Amino acid sequence: MILRGKIWKFGSDVDTDVILPARYLNITDPRELGKHCMEGISPDFYKKMKTGDIIVAGKNFGCGSSREHAPLAIKALGISCVIAKTFARIFYRNAFNIGLPILECAETSDRIEEGQEVEVNLDTGQIQNLKSGQKFQAKPIPPFMQELVRDGGLMNHIAKRFCL
Amino acid sequence: MGMTITEKILAAHAGLEKVEAGELIQAKIDIALGNDITIPLAIEEIEKTGAKEIFDRHKIVLVPDHFAPNKDIKSAENCKRMKEFAQQHQIVHYFEVGEMGIEHALLPDHGIVLPGDVVIGGDSHTCTYGGVGAFSTGVGSTDLAAAMLTGELWFKVPESMKFIYRGKLLKWVDGKDLILYTIGDIGVDGALYRAMEFTGYVVEKLSISGRFTMANMAIEAGAKNGIFQPDRVTEEYIQGRASRPYRIFRSDPDTHYVEVREYDVSKIEPQVAFPHLPSNTKPISEVGDISIDQVVIGSCTNGRLEDLRVAAEVLRGNRAAPYVRLIIIPATQEIYRQAIREGLVEIFLDAKAAISTPTCGPCLGGYMGVLAKGERAIATTNRNFVGRMGHPESEVYLSNPAVAAASAVKGRIASPEEVVRS
Repeated sequence: MILRGKIWKFGSDVDTDVILPARYLNITDPRELGKHCMEGISPDFYKKMKTGDIIVAGKNFGCGSSREHAPLAIKALGISCVIAKTFARIFYRNAFNIGLPILECAETSDRIEEGQEVEVNLDTGQIQNLKSGQKFQAKPIPPFMQELVRDGGLMNHIAKRFCL
Repeated sequence: MGMTITEKILAAHAGLEKVEAGELIQAKIDIALGNDITIPLAIEEIEKTGAKEIFDRHKIVLVPDHFAPNKDIKSAENCKRMKEFAQQHQIVHYFEVGEMGIEHALLPDHGIVLPGDVVIGGDSHTCTYGGVGAFSTGVGSTDLAAAMLTGELWFKVPESMKFIYRGKLLKWVDGKDLILYTIGDIGVDGALYRAMEFTGYVVEKLSISGRFTMANMAIEAGAKNGIFQPDRVTEEYIQGRASRPYRIFRSDPDTHYVEVREYDVSKIEPQVAFPHLPSNTKPISEVGDISIDQVVIGSCTNGRLEDLRVAAEVLRGNRAAPYVRLIIIPATQEIYRQAIREGLVEIFLDAKAAISTPTCGPCLGGYMGVLAKGERAIATTNRNFVGRMGHPESEVYLSNPAVAAASAVKGRIASPEEVVRS
């Protein structure tokens, strides 16, 4: 799948408390959660971004709590993909489980600026800066995670496996 | 080559003789835990599949502790949904308000999690149970739903990092300081995807409470789990609590660790983590003059009886400074009861403390002590991210219970030495 979108840049150690502050954890409607996405770090983010935009961050994106509300809010808001140097492990699992595309690519984080447009090939992991033409290669998605993506998330995967 | 305790537990639950770091396995789950904020999404996922049965009503634990007793209507709806699910599936370990406590203090105290278990929970601090030598880790609601339905979950076997603590602990230094110091050393992603194995003479002498505190904060270094080898201290704690068989695993002597770190604790003072990362630590002697508006003593990190005893030792005969709010939250009803019996609650009341029923409440800025813009708190909790306890422009400092109690008395971040005359 090919994605195209404008970049919103964030630093390292972006934690789940700024992605989706805990005071909104009593909300379960994803669209409602989307309105508070990144509120702790960029208060009007949901108004500024457009559907299809891409978040690019430094290392350890999504550290902190296990709240699935964080990737759900990002996905529901219409962010098409998150690219970071590394992801915190619970966030990493959650993103694949709910079908939010994420890629690990340090070069993209270091060399692409906010506002630039990129094209992301989710199958090959290639990321291209549409302004400069520069291409970066994300770390390949592990085969098991690819299987999860193919099955449409964890619940569909286990439904298949356990014949639910 | 031998295996680490983490590898042994995972191998045993995957039906394998041996596993290696990096290997992908499907492991059987002994306990799957959910709370009032993570379970509603898990129930939705379960209902979407159309499945009518959960895997084992004895192995699912439901605790309304984050925004309970209900803080508002939305939270009440979530707790109601959880209760109805518990009733529908006849969940054995459902804890209603009045018997519930903060989940990670409650489960071990009830003997629900035991050495050698694989435990997953829809809460990042599920890693606490490494304190009794279990493999336990936090997951999101979808993973929780999958485990509740199938009794299994996939894991990548983590690489293990070994931490060795030697020397003699200084006065007022406990497990909280050791883990804050360690996170300060390796950073908030210093153990990313890894197992943190805590060893050495100092942790062998550490109480079970101190071990829970250390394992609890393994996630703050990015770890998958934190773990201690079960020993006599563990056995004494488990005795009288366990109502099912359990297995003791220990790391082999010839095991490979991806990294080994050794600390001389004789040089470690009480630690304070400055905003806005748990790794942003300083020894108490270098903190300087930092006034505070609020003190919170409690949470899954430091709300156990031993923590309350230390706080009482510092607060005895003292009062919280004017304009300072001191909030003390025993982690479970049993801890609360014992604190009353031992006279700790009397000391807290004399010290101008507000004492709350068990709840995670203020730790994550839920309620029972939310901070206003520009306010500053010192807390025995585990996270000090931007806006963690309230307004995005408020600040949280993390410490052990003795430092938090001394700070309440002084109205600024203070050492217990300034308050307790030895």
